[in-house]
Amino acid sequence: MTTTTNPVTITAPEGLPFIDIVREFDAPVSAVFEAHRDPELVKRWLGPNGYDMQVERWDFVSQGGYRYVHVDPAGEAYGFNGTFHTVRENEFAIQTFEFEGFPDVVAIESMAFEDLGDGRTRLRIHSTYPSVESRDGMVASNMEQGLTEGYQRLDGLLG
Amino acid sequence: MILDPGADDRLDRAFMALADPVRRGIVARLSRGSATVNELAEPFQITKQAVSKHIQVLEAAGLVTRTRDAQRRPVHLAPAQLEALTAWIDRYRLIHEQRFRSLDALLATDRDDDPAAASAPTGPEAGRARKAQES
Repeated sequence: MTTTTNPVTITAPEGLPFIDIVREFDAPVSAVFEAHRDPELVKRWLGPNGYDMQVERWDFVSQGGYRYVHVDPAGEAYGFNGTFHTVRENEFAIQTFEFEGFPDVVAIESMAFEDLGDGRTRLRIHSTYPSVESRDGMVASNMEQGLTEGYQRLDGLLG
Repeated sequence: MILDPGADDRLDRAFMALADPVRRGIVARLSRGSATVNELAEPFQITKQAVSKHIQVLEAAGLVTRTRDAQRRPVHLAPAQLEALTAWIDRYRLIHEQRFRSLDALLATDRDDDPAAASAPTGPEAGRARKAQES
């Protein structure tokens, strides 16, 4: 296995409803874009470890949309949906993002796919939430999920 | 189920290593990228020697590794071990790390044109999780 990875930078400024995520990939921009466009590829990386991702709709085009469900190993389902407002091939996308367990709190995310040359790509994600509280709630709920997964892995270790 | 007699020892060492706020701070810093001892010592009001000792404890627990790079000896996070044991540290970041590493694996697969490695695990736990999903 690989022990070195490209670091991810996550900034969630205090008092502002934003999250910025920056990550580089050792792959050309067309491949990174395709991994976002093709639902069969998306399924292979978007879900948390051990979750089944069921894609009901995935039209990664301007004025397209999506809905998918993550099913955890215990059979619990978590739905997500949104629209793809703008999609420009190998360059840029804007989507909305709603966790159905937290209805009506919709984030707007822009994704910039930057060609770094030499077959490398930088992905910049900027998420805007309706309020600082909902932004923090999002981070907290992900943390909750991380905690659950952590305990599951711990169970495996203790097996 | 595979019984691993070393698992308990490793778990004890890792949790003991992380029972210290300076060492947790070092791990959180390293989750953003590798760093030298000097860089790691900056935010703390303690000597470089003390930071070096903390790094030794983390190294013994398998949570970090060190390499030689000319005059530098950067410290790196050992992400698989860390994720397996301490998902509660810096969790939001680790979720994204995991997602992007899955994307890395997928992109590497497409480049190698080897579909068998498409779901290449990023660690032993990933394989275990996938098995659970398939069964």
